[in-house]
Amino acid sequence: MLYREAGQFKSTYAADQQIFPLRQDRVGMALLLVVAFLLVPAFGDQYWLEAILTPFLILSLAALGLNILTGYAGQLSLGTAAFMAVGAFMAYNAELRIPYMPSIGSFAIGGLCAAAVGLVFGLPSLRIKGLYLAVATLACQFFVLWAINRIGWLSNYSTSGVINAQRVEVLGYTVGTPAGRYLLTLSIVALMALAAKNLMRSETGRAFMAVRDMDVAASVIGIPMMKTKLLAFAVSSFYCGVAGALYVYCYLGNVEPEAFTLDLSFRVLFMIIIGGVGSILGSFLGAAFITLFPIFLNLGSKALENALGVEMSHAVVSNTEAIIFGGLIIFFLIVEPNGLARLWQILKEKLRLWPFPH
Amino acid sequence: MSFFIEVLAGGLLAGVMYSLVALGFVLIYKASGVFNFAQGSMVFFAALTLVSLTERGWNFWLALAVTLVVMVVVGMLIERLMLRPLVNQPPITLLMATIGLTFVLEGVSQLVWGSQPHGLELGIEDVPIQWLSDRWNVNISQFDLFAAGVAGVLVAVLALLFQKTRIGRALRAVADDHQAALAVGIPLQHIWALVWAVAGFVALVAGVMWGVRNGVQYALTFTALKALPVLILGGFESILGAIVGGLIIGGTEKLAEVYLGPYVGGGIESWFAYVVALAFLLVRPEGLFGEKHIDRV
Amino acid sequence: MSVVLSVESVSLAFGGVKALQDVSFDVDEHEIRAIIGPNGAGKSSMLNVLNGVYHPQKGKIRFGEKTFADMDSHRAAELGIARTFQNIALFKGMTVLDNIMAGRNLKMRCNFLQQALWLGAARREELAHRHAVEEIIDFLEIQHVRRTPVGRLPYGLQKRVELARALAAEPRLLLLDEPMAGMNLEEKQDMCRFILDVNDHYGTTIVLIEHDMGVVMDISQRVVVLDYGRKIADGSPEEVRSNPKVIDAYLGVAHA
Repeated sequence: MLYREAGQFKSTYAADQQIFPLRQDRVGMALLLVVAFLLVPAFGDQYWLEAILTPFLILSLAALGLNILTGYAGQLSLGTAAFMAVGAFMAYNAELRIPYMPSIGSFAIGGLCAAAVGLVFGLPSLRIKGLYLAVATLACQFFVLWAINRIGWLSNYSTSGVINAQRVEVLGYTVGTPAGRYLLTLSIVALMALAAKNLMRSETGRAFMAVRDMDVAASVIGIPMMKTKLLAFAVSSFYCGVAGALYVYCYLGNVEPEAFTLDLSFRVLFMIIIGGVGSILGSFLGAAFITLFPIFLNLGSKALENALGVEMSHAVVSNTEAIIFGGLIIFFLIVEPNGLARLWQILKEKLRLWPFPH
Repeated sequence: MSFFIEVLAGGLLAGVMYSLVALGFVLIYKASGVFNFAQGSMVFFAALTLVSLTERGWNFWLALAVTLVVMVVVGMLIERLMLRPLVNQPPITLLMATIGLTFVLEGVSQLVWGSQPHGLELGIEDVPIQWLSDRWNVNISQFDLFAAGVAGVLVAVLALLFQKTRIGRALRAVADDHQAALAVGIPLQHIWALVWAVAGFVALVAGVMWGVRNGVQYALTFTALKALPVLILGGFESILGAIVGGLIIGGTEKLAEVYLGPYVGGGIESWFAYVVALAFLLVRPEGLFGEKHIDRV
Repeated sequence: MSVVLSVESVSLAFGGVKALQDVSFDVDEHEIRAIIGPNGAGKSSMLNVLNGVYHPQKGKIRFGEKTFADMDSHRAAELGIARTFQNIALFKGMTVLDNIMAGRNLKMRCNFLQQALWLGAARREELAHRHAVEEIIDFLEIQHVRRTPVGRLPYGLQKRVELARALAAEPRLLLLDEPMAGMNLEEKQDMCRFILDVNDHYGTTIVLIEHDMGVVMDISQRVVVLDYGRKIADGSPEEVRSNPKVIDAYLGVAHA
């Protein structure tokens, strides 16, 4: 009853092309933005802002990047963490070595450097597909990590390879509080998500999906293979690079190359599988799930400990987490390969008919 | 010169170890078209189970038999719970499912048996063969040679199985097209259970060999990841390719580390194999012995 | 009538299999030309050569004023050659509308940055092309399924969507590979109507492969007959129908 679209007619193509064609969706989105931008930082708990919401946003951005490459363009990549690492370390160097560089500029430079690396490691995609390409991205992951470790210049010759984030400054204001960092991250992520949505519903997005679905046919209708695949790698790596920069500057504060291992690449891949490949919303849902899940698991195990009076070691909890993650991946692939985003869509469709059954 | 031979030999023999893991991949891919990303964790699980049983005082051969049974059961469970519901899904879905499986197996292994590293003893010592080092001044471990022998026997048996037996033909049919195989009456479920069981056995052998060499610890799963470049070189469907690919990767990796490593600060081994595979992919995507993939429009 | 496409002594072989042997024919502007022949005659291969998917070992193709030793599929699209496929090559993950819009890609000028920012130029371009695509959707009567993912449509509708996608490029030459395959009588009549309308309304030259003799006789102006990779007849439908070599080929008389 609430969600009915009766009476909302579209009389122009422009109206039909909107991101949120239904008024209810627009209202919902506006409310969400108000809550996210105004209510949360004003009333939010420090711990939640710092340890949960901010990393959720950052990982959503990385998931968005991976989704563009793997979900929309169909190029499987296991090198997400490497691109994040490039973004992080190059942002650090830009901030360090270029005088008067605003923080956002450093983030952008980090992203652009990651895009360049993505272009190079995307070149094999012109000749190889599928699993083989995944192995090529593994080469990228291991090589980039080794290079960052070896090239002292990147970490300003610190002995352990650790880099410390400098002060973050936006338009003259220092961003030092958890709320401030949260707002900065939220703004960047929101804008980039909007850009991604625009890109995916334009010709670029269609070209990506065409290459994913049937590249021979795509070539026959005139879509340029090389340009499209390389663009996918570049854009995706840019997003991951910015996410990496935010990872250091707005979340961890300092980082060593080991924070960007294959494990992180897998985590982001899990986010898009569970959230929904080929869906902007899915990236966010998947990231939310994977960020919140360990917390619930922890709470659950604490409750179980109290109830049973048994002590559960950290190892038990983390192994259980791995088992459940793996199990969920398999579960989602069997039951709903399109992930949480599709489940959300189904829910909305049911809501349109409610309270009628069909 | 003798140093070069030593390094080369060491590399080749390490390569044989990679081949053992790669064999498991090839088996499953050849028989079901599924790329089992979880093969590495199967190796880890097998080795860990064996070692945990022997450390609890079990007789070695009994422990081996029990572990084999466990691996067969695991294979059948995988077929029942994961593969059957995903019949005829695109390969990328199956690949991602096996990635999930990796996490499950690793979690279960460490949950059940703990996460400390273990050593494994087979009775064959990792010492240089006397007369080789005396006569030619070359040190080659007798254990490495033993492992190479085991791998050789395994490869021969498996190649025979696939090429000459009726079951082997059924396996190849299934790999080509699941639905067509079902249509001609091939019992898909039994075949898959068999394949995963055999792969489990191969994983056990690989796990034992690696366990003696490097100890049974979590890092074993990363070594298993090295099997991927081996597969790319050798071709995903070729048993012979797994050996040849392993030899090439093992050899070149060691040589690169020893001769090129000092110039770039060492640690090349973490990525060299992958870059070699990548270069190879650009020239010959289907590998040395693989089948060319043709897209029909 | 000017010649828009000329195939000169094209030969194509896959290893030992000779798909096409020394085939030559031409196509006039605005005409509907059929290529027929028994199975395995090389018809689809011929279309693939015209379109740049296969590269012939010998021979030349003249399209408009340019001559090529072999075509490249991207260049063919740029020159204004569009086609449909025997086994439907639609993008199964996208909606009908997106599939057809993808066909407009060569006419889109904005770069990805403009698209990401949805600036005036990108927005205007997208809407202008949407307008053009909607005309094609009206023309082929598929309005009711425009937001349906293509993978969920019945076979006949998928073929129509593929035709729409080919038309979206406003091609000069349209290659149709068995457009009626697997259709019932009503669907065939609809498809015939659409093909004739396309030729009439847009003036597109059409080369089609078809097995249904009734269709071929009714809608094509001239026919080429292939058998075992060679051209064995070329002329009007009536001439071809009574040609003894053609009859032999279809009845399966043994070849020397």
